[in-house]
Amino acid sequence: MFASKAFKRVIAGLVVGSALVAGTSLPREAAAQAKPEQYFGIPSFRVGPFAAAGTGFFGGIIDYLNYVNATGGVNGVQMVFQECETEYVPARGIECYQRLLKRGNQQMHIFEPLSTPIAYGVLNRVDDDRVILTQFGYGRSDAADGRVFPWVFATMTSYWSGASAMINWIASREGGFGNLKGKTITHLYLDNAYGREPLPVFRALSKKFGFTLQEIPVAVPGIEQQSQWLQIRQSKPDWVILWGFGAGMNSTALTSAARINFPRDRMLGIWWAGSEEDVIPAGDAAKGYFAVANVPPGRQYRLIQEIEKTIYGAGRGNLQDPKRIGTIHWNRGVVAGMFWVEAVRNAQNRFGKGQVMTGDQIRWGFENINLTPARMKELGIEGMMPVMRLTCEDHEGAGVIKVIQWDGTRWVTVTPDWVSSDRKMIRTMVEESTARYAAEQKITLRDCAKEK
Amino acid sequence: MASVQVFLEVLIVGLLSGVMYSLVALGFVLIYKASSVFNFAQGAMVFFAALTFVGFIELGAPFWLSLALTVGTMILLGMATEKFVLRPLVNQHEITLLMATIGLTFVIEGLAQLVWGVDVRRIDLGIKDVPIDWVADNTGMLISQLDLFAALIAGTLVAVLAVLFSRTKVGRALRAVADDHAAALSVGIPLQRIWGIVWAVAGVVALVAGMLWGARSGVQFALVFVALKALPVLIIGGFTSIPGVIVAGLIVGAAEKLAEFYVGPMVGGGTETWFPYVLAILFLLVRPEGLFGEKIIRRV
Repeated sequence: MFASKAFKRVIAGLVVGSALVAGTSLPREAAAQAKPEQYFGIPSFRVGPFAAAGTGFFGGIIDYLNYVNATGGVNGVQMVFQECETEYVPARGIECYQRLLKRGNQQMHIFEPLSTPIAYGVLNRVDDDRVILTQFGYGRSDAADGRVFPWVFATMTSYWSGASAMINWIASREGGFGNLKGKTITHLYLDNAYGREPLPVFRALSKKFGFTLQEIPVAVPGIEQQSQWLQIRQSKPDWVILWGFGAGMNSTALTSAARINFPRDRMLGIWWAGSEEDVIPAGDAAKGYFAVANVPPGRQYRLIQEIEKTIYGAGRGNLQDPKRIGTIHWNRGVVAGMFWVEAVRNAQNRFGKGQVMTGDQIRWGFENINLTPARMKELGIEGMMPVMRLTCEDHEGAGVIKVIQWDGTRWVTVTPDWVSSDRKMIRTMVEESTARYAAEQKITLRDCAKEK
Repeated sequence: MASVQVFLEVLIVGLLSGVMYSLVALGFVLIYKASSVFNFAQGAMVFFAALTFVGFIELGAPFWLSLALTVGTMILLGMATEKFVLRPLVNQHEITLLMATIGLTFVIEGLAQLVWGVDVRRIDLGIKDVPIDWVADNTGMLISQLDLFAALIAGTLVAVLAVLFSRTKVGRALRAVADDHAAALSVGIPLQRIWGIVWAVAGVVALVAGMLWGARSGVQFALVFVALKALPVLIIGGFTSIPGVIVAGLIVGAAEKLAEFYVGPMVGGGTETWFPYVLAILFLLVRPEGLFGEKIIRRV
């Protein structure tokens, strides 16, 4: 009898509770219906060895999306998102992809893991799911060929273009390409797919210009490099290209260079070895070190100032420490978010303003991004980005870098203009690689002329 | 550089690196000696300790106060581990205790990042990681000041611990506990207190290791991976010997640096990750208990 009464009370409680929950959630649903939402999945990493990059980059994306919402959304469409922690671990990244793919009746259309291993892990799924895999400055370089990789965007500057531009800049410092002959350039790299990615370009350029390429791998996570630097001490290279990731490897490379008195202004890091978090732990050992940037640091850009005012001014910023506004990783995240929104805006202009876009429509939007000087002025990103255009064939767009130098307290841009890569050579290498890939995978190339 | 000089420099750099590995391995040995637990969380403790130290400095505490506060924190962490993790598992199988320390690893890693954030920090011990001028001028070899300092610290720490465990009451109790938990309890040795002390001392050792590694590579999550460097050292030196980890650390450090320098370029590099383990397997084949480990004879 008692049990029966208790059971009835529980049931009654559940019914009342459900009604209350339903009652309170109804207005929210109605509000959501009133404002259409474009959903994004964000596979971030905020803990683990690469957390400094993750919190900055994904923080930048989220701050930009919130800024867009605060300024009216895209024709009234709100940018909503859900995060999933990958810890930069491929298995967790793939799990996050699956988890983020659908949220209720919403579908994820863009996936940006900021991880080459995770990107490789989902590469074969994105076609079927009609998800755009954006690789903002990482991943497969040949994914620049949109005919073979229709759903992958190696946006702005791929590793191959980055490697080529680095050699171009080194040549300019040496007084021309002719002076590269007989020089030694060391490629000190994290021993994984990321570190090995630029090797085909460096090897080709070594043959072309006659410099000796010394390849020295560093085991993950890269906090032990003494043997490698003793090799460098013995070979006395003219330049060391640092292709590291994570403050562990990058700051250790700088302190190890100091141990053998290797001049830091003869070291040039890839953009993942050129953030504030990479150099600060090295202290004085980092002074004079050069790195390349696909997005330069600083708060001088109008967009950055507006985000600071609108989002951080309202206490809604994603960064735990607002001092990181304008740092390399965060600025890069803002620009990555800008690409997403620009693609959605393009798609809406074509397929219907104020509507939620599908994966196919957003892909069209990406392939029609055209960042002219006038458009960059509207967006408030003049100087932060090169003039560039994405197309069905070209999912990279720019292939340029800026060179920055650490003065002991901040990064200083040393190349006012963007340094270009050898676009012709890189495109030839890309097409050779994708031709092989297409043959192996039995992929029929897209006819971009028909899709315009 | 002459080839002999190069060899000597690689060897010395390797030996000094080995001392750093020994420091991490020392924490493992202390806990294994007292409780037969392989403390999987030692790497996380190194990270937690270093992060806590720089965290206090960032809050404005002077160096020595930060050090004292961190030592206190590590002692509290050790005692809490004994009370909440080990005590409920007394007399459980060793594998259960190992699993508990695996869980503890994630708790400590998460706690450290939750409390102090994930930013990479610089730690300044006042010793520069640059070559010693006198050595460079007279021998042409570049030996880092920080490495030499680390070796001195490690040597001092080992000497202090050796005295602590051989000449004091606590040390004798520890040895008794290590031999047989039940027998030690039956003669009135307070098992829980001994475990608490050992975990606290291991925490302090983790702090020293974290500060020295942090000074080289920055205070960051990658410090948890230094534990991987300690494993071959433990296998070679024996899980219960303090002098053993020092000797094994030197062997591992020197061997891996020489292998990376001379063999690495021939095989595409990256030998440092696997070579110490190959060495450890070779030792296991010859001396399964390690160089200085206790030979265990069991009646079957």
